[in-house]
Amino acid sequence: MSTAVAPPREGPPLPGVLRTSLARTGLELREYSRSRDAVIFNVLFPVLFLFIFGSVFDGDVIPGVPFVQYFTAGMAASGVLLVSFQALAITIAVERDTGTLRRLEGTPMPRSAYFLGKVGLVVVTGVVQLVVLLACARLFFDVPLPATAGDWGTFAWVGVLGITAGSLLGIAYSSVPSSGRSAQAVVAPVVLVLQFISGVFFAFPSLPSWMQDVASLFPLKWLAQGFRSAILPERMEAAEVSGSWQHGETVLWLAGWAVVGLVLCVTTFRWRRRGDR
Amino acid sequence: MSDDVAVRVRGLHKHYGQRRAVDSIDLDVVPGEVFALLGPNGAGKTTTVEVLEGYRARTSGEVSVLGADPGRPTRAWRARLGIVAQDTADLAELTVTELVRHFSGFYPRGRDAEEVIAQVGLADDAGTRARALSGGRRRRLDVALGIVGSPELLFLDEPTTGFDPEARREFWKLVQSLAADGTTILLTTHYLDEVEVLADRLAVIASGHIVATGTPRDLGGRDHARATVSWRDPDRPGGVATEATDEPAALVGHLARRFGGEPPGLVVSRPTLEDAYLDLLEGA
Repeated sequence: MSTAVAPPREGPPLPGVLRTSLARTGLELREYSRSRDAVIFNVLFPVLFLFIFGSVFDGDVIPGVPFVQYFTAGMAASGVLLVSFQALAITIAVERDTGTLRRLEGTPMPRSAYFLGKVGLVVVTGVVQLVVLLACARLFFDVPLPATAGDWGTFAWVGVLGITAGSLLGIAYSSVPSSGRSAQAVVAPVVLVLQFISGVFFAFPSLPSWMQDVASLFPLKWLAQGFRSAILPERMEAAEVSGSWQHGETVLWLAGWAVVGLVLCVTTFRWRRRGDR
Repeated sequence: MSDDVAVRVRGLHKHYGQRRAVDSIDLDVVPGEVFALLGPNGAGKTTTVEVLEGYRARTSGEVSVLGADPGRPTRAWRARLGIVAQDTADLAELTVTELVRHFSGFYPRGRDAEEVIAQVGLADDAGTRARALSGGRRRRLDVALGIVGSPELLFLDEPTTGFDPEARREFWKLVQSLAADGTTILLTTHYLDEVEVLADRLAVIASGHIVATGTPRDLGGRDHARATVSWRDPDRPGGVATEATDEPAALVGHLARRFGGEPPGLVVSRPTLEDAYLDLLEGA
């Protein structure tokens, strides 16, 4: 066996992680902005649904709190999972299948730059999406913005935890579809089903309790509840199933899922198609 | 490990269960040469090259690429390689310039994107998205991404498969210009004409074995093989005389005297590279 260390060569050093990660984010954003379906079904999906549901259901969840206000929090939560979990799981599965990952593996790009580039993409698209969503809710449906600095702070930490957990789980889940072609079909139903059971399309207390229990195992329920605590008036806290916003539990569940995602990423991530070894 | 070989392989094996995709291969590639790995589909060419590129773990054997073990690839080592893989179709929505510039940023010696694009002949398509490039031009983009880091060693895996004849000739010129700049190139192919035009040396691989190494001129001893001389002769059956000889010039001189001028229908031939290659595969 020959020596494992390449002979030292003089010359410029390898490009750093920060620089390559920023370059990755820039390229990801360009690529993303050019795929029209991703932009519409990912970033704009919650806004689209806000307009549809906001126009159809004009009743109150409880007197004085219109459904659209409750729904805005749900759409913010769904949007976070769409741009993180769903977008990453699909695009990485496709990039693995078409050979982009393999090509990158053959270059001296720092491995971490690939993931940080993806996270950069998620953060940018997530922030754009949330800003557009809140602005539309405010302008077209009179949904009040978070009332206090504390509410904005809550909105921010819920968003950050959601994006972190969603991104890590999305990277991990990208290994589940067996091909790029099947990725959409394998990934999309996950968020869709969660939306029905997690208090997004229907008010959470109106769901059967077994469904509430199932939903409580997954991140979307906690994300939606967290955003509700930032957007809805304080008196709505009593209308939650537990009678509380449960901030402590929310942090634990979202951080827990982030750790699960991280462990799965580290142990199962593949740069190549299945069977390519 | 000395620095006078770019690639050194001894007793390389790659097994998948019972199947021996690569079954004891030895190879030496010296810096600055174009080395071709020639063989039919499924012979083990790509598997071998993928071990050298650091993509595949080997079952056993001693492998050194630019002085390092590709089984434990480092970033610094990868920065010295260029890889052009088989049939790619990724990164479709980005333009040639965007991609070349982006990949240049991964390397300590990343080259100017515009210069690389001009070198591979894509200046006209600098703003074109990868998906809109024709097969041949898409391949040029792959080569641009392979050479943008100023590699010491460039892998080209079946680079012209599916090309029309004109595109292949154009592509060969590109490879020759890279070789002229001193880049060591390891090329896999199943085209004999490609080997004849591009390779300084080659190895023929069949069923996971190397069955011969040499230059395109002397492969399988074809430079020493007997020449065949044939001419028209109404006295012989079929009207054509054929003789195998070690001294074709003497025989032709003798014929010229006998016919008192040009022998009719004179042909002097030696085994072509294709003859030598097919003989080797038959024996394998």
